[in-house]
Amino acid sequence: MPKYYLDHLKELEAEAIYVIREVVAQFDRPAILFSGGKDSIVVTHLARRAFWPAKIPMPLIHVDTGHNFPEALAFRDQLVEKLGVQLIVGSVQESIDNGRVKEETGLNASRNTLQIVTLLDTIETFKIDAAIGGARRDEEKARAKERFFSHRDEFGQWDPKNQRPELWNIFNGRKNLGEHFRVFPISNWTEMDVWNYILHEKIAIPPLYFAHEREVVQRLDTWLPVSEYLSLREGEKVVKKRIRFRTLGDITITGGIESDADTLEKIVVEVAASRQTERGNRGDDKRSETAMEDRKKQGYF
Amino acid sequence: MELLRFTTAGSVDDGKSTLIGRLLYDSKSIFEDQMEAVKRTSERKGLENIDLSLLTDGLKAEREQGITIDVAYRYFATPKRKFIIADTPGHIQYTRNMVTGASTANLALILIDARNGVVEQTCRHSYIASLLRIPHLIICVNKMDLAGYQETRFKQIVEDYKRFAKKMDFSDIRFIPISALLGDNVVNHSDKMPWYKEGTLLETLETIPVANDENRENARFPVQTIIRPHSDRYHDYRGYAGRVAGGVFHPGDRVTVLPSGESSAIKSIDAFSGALEEAYSPMSVSITLEDDVDVSRGDMIVRADDPPQMSQDIDCMMCWLNPKGPQPGVKYVLRHTTREVRSVIREVYYKVNINTLEQVEEDKDIRMNDICKVKLRTTQPLLYDSYARNRHTGSLILVDDGTNETVAAAMIV
Repeated sequence: MPKYYLDHLKELEAEAIYVIREVVAQFDRPAILFSGGKDSIVVTHLARRAFWPAKIPMPLIHVDTGHNFPEALAFRDQLVEKLGVQLIVGSVQESIDNGRVKEETGLNASRNTLQIVTLLDTIETFKIDAAIGGARRDEEKARAKERFFSHRDEFGQWDPKNQRPELWNIFNGRKNLGEHFRVFPISNWTEMDVWNYILHEKIAIPPLYFAHEREVVQRLDTWLPVSEYLSLREGEKVVKKRIRFRTLGDITITGGIESDADTLEKIVVEVAASRQTERGNRGDDKRSETAMEDRKKQGYF
Repeated sequence: MELLRFTTAGSVDDGKSTLIGRLLYDSKSIFEDQMEAVKRTSERKGLENIDLSLLTDGLKAEREQGITIDVAYRYFATPKRKFIIADTPGHIQYTRNMVTGASTANLALILIDARNGVVEQTCRHSYIASLLRIPHLIICVNKMDLAGYQETRFKQIVEDYKRFAKKMDFSDIRFIPISALLGDNVVNHSDKMPWYKEGTLLETLETIPVANDENRENARFPVQTIIRPHSDRYHDYRGYAGRVAGGVFHPGDRVTVLPSGESSAIKSIDAFSGALEEAYSPMSVSITLEDDVDVSRGDMIVRADDPPQMSQDIDCMMCWLNPKGPQPGVKYVLRHTTREVRSVIREVYYKVNINTLEQVEEDKDIRMNDICKVKLRTTQPLLYDSYARNRHTGSLILVDDGTNETVAAAMIV
């Protein structure tokens, strides 16, 4: 081993910490977008490391679709308390009640797209000028071209053909009033890196990621969890399965996979052997070939 | 496991997308659902074979036009290393993308079509790799299947390339004869080319030593932000947060804070995991000092006996990245390490014809994708090393004050 060796996870960690510190140094009102999923949990932990022994000097923003896994909400509240950070909740239900958005109807209805308005409203209300997210470039082809510092115009939109070139590790966070940035410190991490980091650093994650018994229905190629928001279609049967979730989103669109992986070690092995992308069980990405790109342009993260 | 960042340069026709597709596929980094999507699209387009380039084209406009318009980042890993590929398009109008992709790479992979040999584009790609000081270069002589797998053809191209590479500054060049389409010498050794005894492309990527590409001699620590917990337990704690940009720091080292010139010693080097015995690039740490000195963002902590250069007149090689060329006398925001100053382009010495490497002194009108040597004048001194000595403290960008766009990237001579 060479003398000044740095393991790839340590190098990715150092890069992410550098990016998060740049955000706090360059912006007035940064925040972390916290979904309760493993990626945003890792980003939050990296922020803790970046400013340790001080507290994370910015709030967490959670866009609450109202269709949450109860386990994810409980986890969020525990983490916020442990870290002593401020939590801002943007409520999609409120956006609906205020007439800002219209609830989708029909069998494929979800609140996924509605989040965009609530997120942009929350960013505007709290005058957030940099929103840190846990998106990774390996997740989806539109994200492969995303910058670490991603500029959004005054309407919160992303213009993929007119992105600022990003060279070395010099980040340009200059903007006009009303514009903001999305910043992605774990851009260069893969799903495998995230799991290995969680394992290596013993980071707590919601129990939903581990194999457990749950009532589900089979829809398309995935197991959808039964909840008060799920309306059964003709011929669908509720069954009990041992499943776990590879990603966590809105409970209405996040499908589980059959699995016996009930420890982090087993999850790492399972992910390594997997032949499907983790977003393969996400209904939101399946709407069209460019579903992610289209939502990103509007302001999705 | 170590991390290797590499960039690939090539045009639509020389098989770059096929090569990347093969590396991803053979290292099992392509998932079934991704492959299914590519298959469906290939069928819809009426293609006979699966078009692996669809895996690397991300945006709607790119898929419609069948071109790559921006740097795309790809990831794969083997049991030996994790790889990040900056995949950049090779068309002439995209010099800026190649420069961007090259800026973070340890290694450049350049493709040459065995039938065409060294062409103008090879020259362009190699020049950018040398300008950006990418430490390692792998020349893949591709489409060997279409050149009868002949050793003489390969040797001819190697000789041609070496002759022209003399004009540039490379310390480590390797040549590999491959067929990306058929997989010869990409992951597995080719039985069609028994005369080639060196490693396959993947073996080479896995074993090239990269840990010492970073500067370990000149200790440099640009301060990003100050950490002050204001808690009971850490009441007086004052940590200078940053990423080591060069050299090695230890507790007890005598240091100078620049530009003020105040001196002190390192009290501790802290990370979340605990106090560290040493810190080197690219580690992110917090440094505390023995004395109460004035330190803020943009300052640089350096070893007391080894200061960087300090000047307001900076000669550099600059690549212009914006459709709008520089306006005479306009001041640009200059970002260098964690420091921000203002600057003007004082003088254009020459432009480089990147196809012939000739210096052009008659035409000094700078346009997008031009590479030129300039003198910048800054409002405050920069603390820098030459780019050849240190890529972190020798690089800078210019930002347009009106549009906030990053308009130029430069390497300090």
